[in-house]
Amino acid sequence: MSEIILSARHLTKSYKQRSGRFGLGTTLVKALDDVSLDLKQGSTLAVVGESGSGKSTLARCLLQLLPLDGGEVLFQGQDLAKLSGPALREQRRFLQMVFQDPFASLNPRMRVGQIVGEGLLIHQLGTQEERHDKVVRMLQRVGLSEADMQKYPHQFSGGQRQRIGIARALVLEPRVVVCDEPVSALDVSIQAQILLLLKELQQEMALSYLFISHDLRVVRHIADEVAVMYQGKLIEQGSVESIYDAPAQEYTRNLLQSIPGRRALAA
Amino acid sequence: MTELLRIEGLTVTPQNAPDKLLVNNVSFTLGSGKTTCVVGESGSGKSLTALSVMGLLSSQLRLAQGKVIFQGQDLVGISNDALRKIRGGRIGMIFQEPMTSLNPVLTIGKQISETLIVHQGLRGQALKARIAALLEQVGIPAGRASSYPDELSGGQRQRVMIAMSIACEPVMLIADEPTTALDVTVQAQILALLNKLKTRMNMAMLFITHDFGVVADIADDVVVMFRGEIVESGPVAEVLHNPQHPYTQALLACVPDADGKRPLKPIDYAWLNEGAAA
Repeated sequence: MSEIILSARHLTKSYKQRSGRFGLGTTLVKALDDVSLDLKQGSTLAVVGESGSGKSTLARCLLQLLPLDGGEVLFQGQDLAKLSGPALREQRRFLQMVFQDPFASLNPRMRVGQIVGEGLLIHQLGTQEERHDKVVRMLQRVGLSEADMQKYPHQFSGGQRQRIGIARALVLEPRVVVCDEPVSALDVSIQAQILLLLKELQQEMALSYLFISHDLRVVRHIADEVAVMYQGKLIEQGSVESIYDAPAQEYTRNLLQSIPGRRALAA
Repeated sequence: MTELLRIEGLTVTPQNAPDKLLVNNVSFTLGSGKTTCVVGESGSGKSLTALSVMGLLSSQLRLAQGKVIFQGQDLVGISNDALRKIRGGRIGMIFQEPMTSLNPVLTIGKQISETLIVHQGLRGQALKARIAALLEQVGIPAGRASSYPDELSGGQRQRVMIAMSIACEPVMLIADEPTTALDVTVQAQILALLNKLKTRMNMAMLFITHDFGVVADIADDVVVMFRGEIVESGPVAEVLHNPQHPYTQALLACVPDADGKRPLKPIDYAWLNEGAAA
């Protein structure tokens, strides 16, 4: 049994949604309804579900990017929800995120060197020279070059931008990386490149991934464990083999049956 | 097989760079009532091919050469008026983004009615009845005709788009990545709906996608495009299970399989370039 690096206990989060005539009324939407999960050190836990199932809310709440209504998030034994501003900021270095949309998640006015180096600057890691070297090494590791530091995000393709997003997250040498649909905006051919890159980096840097996705084909290839979300609840959880080979819930079976080309491409 | 659409030597270039062949000498045929999938990555020219068929190329681009023969008539070079009668009438269209293809300030009933008024001159009770029938056909309660697009989910919006595109019972539907922006479960529902309509209306589909999984579910024939050219085409079973061209093989190998048994392999473009040179 490997060590648990991130653990969520009984998370709840609801949103008020305007409803009724002219939006005068409000209804409460439970985006997270008593969600508990454990991420093992060095492994990948995939959270799957449809739009609106609460999987992105879960990602943001785990990293304290959204305040929780209730529950606790234990990172290396510490409850993140109870940490004060500066103490939380210190921990954030170890908890990074790769976002879905490589077009929206990079500041268009910053050069790639600044984008990737900003975290190092904020956390005051190393001298200016050391930071520069780190950024260069990280960019090269994800398949870009030193010359790319001077360029702006719009000069890159979608796949290259996602590489920049990965470099930005990993240059801080985090322990946990939350990947929120990191390949769903990419072409299949680019998707395969990015998935393999993420797998290699996980090995090299001993990363633990929480991988949010609605694509069960992708999850099959990257995850060790799978958690299925439906309407804010975790309805099923287990090893990737057990979920795919013997799903217990009707909803999970339904999701698996929706995989395009399942029968025809299996041969 | 009766031939419905024949594309011959289609070539598209930018207006200001006639040497750059975005679509290069593309030819294929689509049989009546059949589904042909055009597969390729971004920039392969698959969407431009579809847009050329409908005469909807942007003014920056030029259809340099080729014929688009639809029911025996060459659509290249005919007047805009004549084209407009065919588009939305005998040829229906749906696009990738159901979020942006609908007008946010008009009810969906109103938007569906436009085609019916323009092409069939329907009005009054007959128009209302037809809208209700179309909505039911795509699985939306007729009462939703008075809803605005923002009151619908992504999948429902794509259903509305489908209702609009089949309003005049087209013999051919052009679908440009209609399920790419949707969740897997909704995608499966939309593909099933398109398949059902295709059979019921004996409608041919020209379906653009980058996902071989989708191809396996709906195609009769497949056309694989790479850098503006067709590298391989044929019946779906042959292309999927016995791909001949190295690019088709590579594109298939980078689709993750649902059983996780086959290792992922990204496309090795350097190797493909060498292969092309040799």
